[in-house]
Amino acid sequence: MDKFQTTSEITGERIKQYLAQGKRFDGRKLDELRKIEIEVGVSKKAEGSCRVRIGKTEVIVGIKMGIGTPYADSPNKGNLMTTAELTPLSSPRFEPGPPRFEAIELSRVIDRGIRESKVIDFEKLCIKEGEKVWTIFIDIYSINNDGNLMDAAGIGAIIALKNARFPKYDEKNEQIVFGELTDKKLPLSDNIPIAITAHKIGDNIIIDPTQEEEDLSEARVTIGFSDGIISSIQKGNSAPLSFEEMEKILEIVKKSWKNIFKKIEKFLE
Amino acid sequence: MAAKEFKRPDGRKLDEMRPISAKVGVIPSADGSAMWKQGDTIAIAAVHGPKKMHPQHQQDPSTGQLRCNYNLMSFSVSDRARPGKNRRSQEIDKIIEWALEPVLLIKDFPNMVIDVTIQIIQADAGTRCAGINAAALALAHAGIPMKGMVSSVALGKLDKTLVVDLNKAEEDFEEGEGATDIPISMISDGKITHIQLDGKITPTQLKEVMKMAKKACKEIYEIQKKALKESLEVKKNG
Repeated sequence: MDKFQTTSEITGERIKQYLAQGKRFDGRKLDELRKIEIEVGVSKKAEGSCRVRIGKTEVIVGIKMGIGTPYADSPNKGNLMTTAELTPLSSPRFEPGPPRFEAIELSRVIDRGIRESKVIDFEKLCIKEGEKVWTIFIDIYSINNDGNLMDAAGIGAIIALKNARFPKYDEKNEQIVFGELTDKKLPLSDNIPIAITAHKIGDNIIIDPTQEEEDLSEARVTIGFSDGIISSIQKGNSAPLSFEEMEKILEIVKKSWKNIFKKIEKFLE
Repeated sequence: MAAKEFKRPDGRKLDEMRPISAKVGVIPSADGSAMWKQGDTIAIAAVHGPKKMHPQHQQDPSTGQLRCNYNLMSFSVSDRARPGKNRRSQEIDKIIEWALEPVLLIKDFPNMVIDVTIQIIQADAGTRCAGINAAALALAHAGIPMKGMVSSVALGKLDKTLVVDLNKAEEDFEEGEGATDIPISMISDGKITHIQLDGKITPTQLKEVMKMAKKACKEIYEIQKKALKESLEVKKNG
């Protein structure tokens, strides 16, 4: 029952031949996404939560609110902390233990996409300047990995944020009363940052790779995009990208953002 | 037994479990998987293996090994849990291994390991029991040879009254003698593979608890069987 830890060479060659003809194993076009399914409120204990499925890939994202102290350089601003766990549930490739590079990068890229898009108004998370602020925790868990965890996590993060409510805050004792959510939503703007990752395989650019395809990725670019504005970019893996390829990626990302937005709009309340 | 008029916070009968739903095959990339929901507690479990034990120096040519990894999702509890292992989850890993191992024909897999991963999505007491129920289903779903099923439930004593399947509000019960928490796991033939206890109780009461556990585990066993059968029907139709 041992599984191959990576896509075999022969399958890889076949995938590349297909891509050269503009085809993929599952019948999609190169710039086509798999089916996206969303479920919100999957954990009652979280202040906000959702499950995102892209094809067979599945993540659960939860929001918890905490009280913390502000950083010295931003005494009137709340904090954001994003973590990701690539659980051994989701793939035989992931092992228990402290997060490895993949999980660290995933959470950092999602964090930047959210933070830099300015979707969160951090000043409204201030309780007492210089002393007490709200901290938003975004925690991402992979449930099943069939490629493109990054984009699933990004979609999950923004939906979970949009669905989150403040817990009740006891001002006298300066602590959170857990178990009681208020009706108050988080201070979010209308920006909807979505991270979209394009992959270069041979001379082709694809999005939303399956695990088999992702294994062949020579370079990837994740772009945090919200309606016309780019707020974060991360290039991963070592193959260089030509100017033309980068331009093509931007076009695909622009188009995909609209597609994804349409699919998730109703979950953004 | 005293306190006939004892009312459980959620109005359940003393021997009534919370509503249970179970589903097998929730994680396509795993060799076996299952979800177990009991009241507001939700656990998912995945089985990977049997596969070659890694690291190699832990390989045992005389038997295969079961390796469990239980974790709470950070948002599954009221006050955010720090991600990663702690002392509690390390103990529960071992408890779950001990609970499940007796039914596995694991000697047939020398040098191999069966990895069981359990994640708690939502915690409202009884998470280790829900984890064990999900894991046992996932092992069966993975086709691991088993002598029987393992079913698990937390019994409790609230003040002086014995009840089945504590929820969080009951676990935090403080009146009178307070709450005693007794998670128990049983094989389908009634043998006990796991028992823990926190609180205070007399031997006579504990005997009664074991009887109640046997009845509850039987109900759980039926639900587990049904979930496994349903997964086969899905396969037939799909």
